[in-house]
Amino acid sequence: MPGEKNVLIAALPQRGKLPPAVYELISAGKAAAAATGGAVSAVVFGAKAQDFARDLGARGVEKVHAVSDAALDQFVGEAYASAVAALAKQEGVGVVLIAASVAGRSLAARLAVLLKAGVAAEICELSGSGGNLSAKRYQYGGNIVAELAFKSDVKILTVQPMAFEAAAAQAGQSAQVVPFAAPAASARTEVASFKADEGGEIDLGAAERIVSGGRGLGNAEGFKLIRELAQTLGAAVGASRAVVDAGWIAYKHQVGLTGRTVHPKLYVACGISGQIQHLAGMASSANIVAVNTDAACPMMEIATLAVVGDVYEVLPAVISEIKRRRGASA
Amino acid sequence: MPLNIVVCVKHTPATTSVSVDSGTGKVKTAGLSYGLNPFDEYAVEEAVRLKERVPGSFATALTLGPDAAEAAPREAISRGIDAGAIVTGPEFDGGDSYATSLALAAAIKKLHAQKPVHLVLFGKNTNDGNSGMVGGLVAAWLDWPGVLSVKKIEAVDESSAAVWRAMEDGVETVKVKLPAAISTIKEINEPRLPSLKGKMVAKKAAVAKFSAADLGLKPEEVGAAGAKTSVSRQSPPPSRPAGMKVEGATAADKAKKLVDILIERKLI
Repeated sequence: MPGEKNVLIAALPQRGKLPPAVYELISAGKAAAAATGGAVSAVVFGAKAQDFARDLGARGVEKVHAVSDAALDQFVGEAYASAVAALAKQEGVGVVLIAASVAGRSLAARLAVLLKAGVAAEICELSGSGGNLSAKRYQYGGNIVAELAFKSDVKILTVQPMAFEAAAAQAGQSAQVVPFAAPAASARTEVASFKADEGGEIDLGAAERIVSGGRGLGNAEGFKLIRELAQTLGAAVGASRAVVDAGWIAYKHQVGLTGRTVHPKLYVACGISGQIQHLAGMASSANIVAVNTDAACPMMEIATLAVVGDVYEVLPAVISEIKRRRGASA
Repeated sequence: MPLNIVVCVKHTPATTSVSVDSGTGKVKTAGLSYGLNPFDEYAVEEAVRLKERVPGSFATALTLGPDAAEAAPREAISRGIDAGAIVTGPEFDGGDSYATSLALAAAIKKLHAQKPVHLVLFGKNTNDGNSGMVGGLVAAWLDWPGVLSVKKIEAVDESSAAVWRAMEDGVETVKVKLPAAISTIKEINEPRLPSLKGKMVAKKAAVAKFSAADLGLKPEEVGAAGAKTSVSRQSPPPSRPAGMKVEGATAADKAKKLVDILIERKLI
């Protein structure tokens, strides 16, 4: 359906920074704009809005609207939604792209009602031409790919992390930065406090590499080895449902239907047989390495690289091999 | 003061291993066995726990779907919820999260007018559509605050709640004015199984029915007519390219070979 053509990236900050998923929205935005024939702009929020605008400009966004309001350093759905809705109406926006984070999904819902817009949630691909836009997303816990079409003039898409390339900064690129005054919104939620996850851990959703452990580790101690390999690779730590339920590791590490869906470049599955509920969360990873004693288990069958062996023998050998190579090249 | 709680539930296929009808390009749902969406079990359990925490509280399980979907609120009743309601009628067929949430919000408004609602609880998402949007959309339609990804309801009274919101990088304590909509995650509790007594009660319970007309909704606002998105095609995910076995006499040999390939493919 024809309508407004322009594409708006809602670049939500988290703890005073732009999360990497925002840079992926720039690539998604360019793909959307190619379909609609419109221009891409972004909106940034909070006390550091000017810094965020420069960052996005260097990464190829030509126009950035800066809502420089320190009250927006915390995510408050209603305030963000009324600002984005007002801006979308002012700028002739037909497509709004938001990272599929907790905050992003909250914003998408508010915005859909304000703009009478359809939402395609957690999309992994988008295409279209002549003003039409279609998006692909997973259903049935990753077992089905659905292609969605829109019937609304304004289309809202939340984008899965790691589904699009992050736009890199390039010399000579910069944005026109335009201040935008957000309309007043009632604040009925307030973030009273925040407790960060234990230091240095990489978030699963945004990780390029993930090392995951399953029941094959035998006990909770096995995650020491998983963490060591993860640290060596600069990877996030994942886990199967069985070991989370057994209390070996916290729920936030769970990959799968009842945990997180991930699409890293490299997923290393250690002692994970690959029950359907786990595969649902990771089978779209670009490359899968499986280490398992059972050569015929589902994870080994879908793996890009399958290593038959005991994790307690293979993983230490891999860690020392990587360290040896790094030592040799240093 | 006692709380009035609504839990939104969905009747969904009991499995996610579904196949696609090559003729229609859609998932074959005929013949699948259905049950309470597994993620909704956490929302139902949390409502029951709130009833235990705040004596005198009342909880209603609300769903939208065909007649058979009333099995979902019934299952909730067997787990300790007090009453059930279903938004049903052919006019609701083919709705997306936008149209479905509008109808659920209209039903909640009706319940709210009968007796003020304090909290609406949701599961994280459904195991079929997976969008996880309906909870946030219902909050928006009601113009009530909404909090997603809640792992604990720390404190609650009739006018406000303090909840723990699991973010990507840690946990926020969010203070929210009621009425509000809260979407739960798995960490919030461990659902109990239905009791035998609960099952008996559920069997006999009356489940209230709402049509579009009952809720003051026009046919063009709901179902496929009111939807803003449509699924043009469903398909199995692309099959993965064939993999290879990393061979070697010892773990060290295999490790060497694996690291070689990972470096060559620029994966590490």
